[in-house]
Amino acid sequence: MTTSNLMKVMLALALATSFAAVAAEKEVSDSDRIAQYRDMISDGNPADFDEMAGEELWKTAAGPSNATLEKCDLGKGPGVVKGVYAILPKYFKDTDKVQDLESRLVTCMVTLQGFSEEELVKKPFSTEQKKSDITLLTTYVVGQSKGVKMNVSTKHPKEKEAYDLGKVIFNYRAGPYDFACSTCHATNSVRIRMQDLPNLNVKSNAQSAYTSWPAYRVSQGLTRSFQWRLNDCFRQQRFPEPKFISETTIDLTMFLAVSANGAQYAGPGLKR
Amino acid sequence: MNMEVNLERRNALKAGGGLGLMALFGAVGLLSSKAALAEWNKTAFSAKTMDEALAAMGVSTAESNAIFIQLTVPEIAENGSIVPVSVTSTFPNVEQISIFVDKNPSVLAAQFNIPAGTESMVTTRVKMGQTANVVALVKADGKFYRTAKEVKVTAGGCGG
Amino acid sequence: MGNPMKIRAGLKDGVTEVKILMQHEMETGLRKDGEGKLIPAWFITEVLAQYKGKTVLDAQFGQSISKNPYLLFRFKGGAVGEKVTVSWVDNKGDKRTDEAAIA
Repeated sequence: MTTSNLMKVMLALALATSFAAVAAEKEVSDSDRIAQYRDMISDGNPADFDEMAGEELWKTAAGPSNATLEKCDLGKGPGVVKGVYAILPKYFKDTDKVQDLESRLVTCMVTLQGFSEEELVKKPFSTEQKKSDITLLTTYVVGQSKGVKMNVSTKHPKEKEAYDLGKVIFNYRAGPYDFACSTCHATNSVRIRMQDLPNLNVKSNAQSAYTSWPAYRVSQGLTRSFQWRLNDCFRQQRFPEPKFISETTIDLTMFLAVSANGAQYAGPGLKR
Repeated sequence: MNMEVNLERRNALKAGGGLGLMALFGAVGLLSSKAALAEWNKTAFSAKTMDEALAAMGVSTAESNAIFIQLTVPEIAENGSIVPVSVTSTFPNVEQISIFVDKNPSVLAAQFNIPAGTESMVTTRVKMGQTANVVALVKADGKFYRTAKEVKVTAGGCGG
Repeated sequence: MGNPMKIRAGLKDGVTEVKILMQHEMETGLRKDGEGKLIPAWFITEVLAQYKGKTVLDAQFGQSISKNPYLLFRFKGGAVGEKVTVSWVDNKGDKRTDEAAIA
């Protein structure tokens, strides 16, 4: 084939595809375009760096007791990190409480490393000036559950209780706007600005939402934990800010985690 | 062969020493050796408009061509802080690919020199302050070609 | 010295695909801090990727490249186990070199 013939064929192909594109364009919604954008940025997640930093923290002796967290029991026995996020929150005998990952990390930082809980919960989230150790550790631990099927148990009475309370909290209307989580997240086709809000009563939505947190938030340039995510929901509902790792946040996490059961954990995610 | 000698000579001259210095360069970081690297084009990267940037890059004309340059960008960017851009060219002998955002305070985002053996394809991410055109400029066989696509930005990427 | 990069290099059908994620703030110089003061420009200006001492990509960046820059490119050849080396330098003269074995 000569070069000019090749050019003609390519031109014809290009024209044909552009006509097809015009025909198809009408079908493409903004939601599809946003999905396309999300897909295009899914590779190369800056949260990877926080995973690396979190692993370093996990293995480095720190605190008044100068100990590492390598003996921390996150639910699968001391030191086991692989797959733990897929079974959390869960009931822990030593604390006689249902705990999510962040509260369990605090327990270990207190019992193994000798930090004061009061100090730890004061500034639990990353800021542009300083990344939170708890969030970095969280990012590392969740990364070790990538691809693991969510399997959160409600067998223990306290787990069942947390789940039931979480469900109540999800639907509890209050605050100056008389809002509940469910006001936005239990209806189809609701939006904030451009973003479709997932109806978390639909299993597939609940699964994709839960398994993509914690996530690197592009707009903030920081990896955000699930506790932070819940805080932000409460803020948008104009509720008072919940206490870090409070029972309320853990119960709600329990409800949402159980709703995601059966799906493969896919975090840390990457979000607008 | 000639070219290598020239580059070595250029590097050596730049370092302000004789050819004997070349032995030193091998031991230090890759970039400090500046082997075969063009100087960072400050004028082009500071340019406020497409015309200024192209002039600073020595581009007098750039023919529009959307067939031999495939520019892949999202139609909508949920956040202007990260806008994925992919440029592939099917021109033979591509030497350089550059990416611009025509409404950013500095329009030139990146310039890639493509050595022989490297595919004429590159993907990166740019910041966009507002809805604008992403422009891909390809240099092939010494000639420049360009294509552009608009990206709608729902949240700007320069304010934070 | 800069923070480590994440480099992945994979060989498929005789072509090595390299994906690089760099850790860098990439400040434009136009952003203001909490007190309203301009944060000075701070960004990677040059990136060089080499395989067996040969340059496989040479890039120049401006202020418009995103925070934590991402790069993907492909070069012909490459062998499993051999290393791709990537270096960057920023406008303050800070630099970083990392390498990854081709998988």
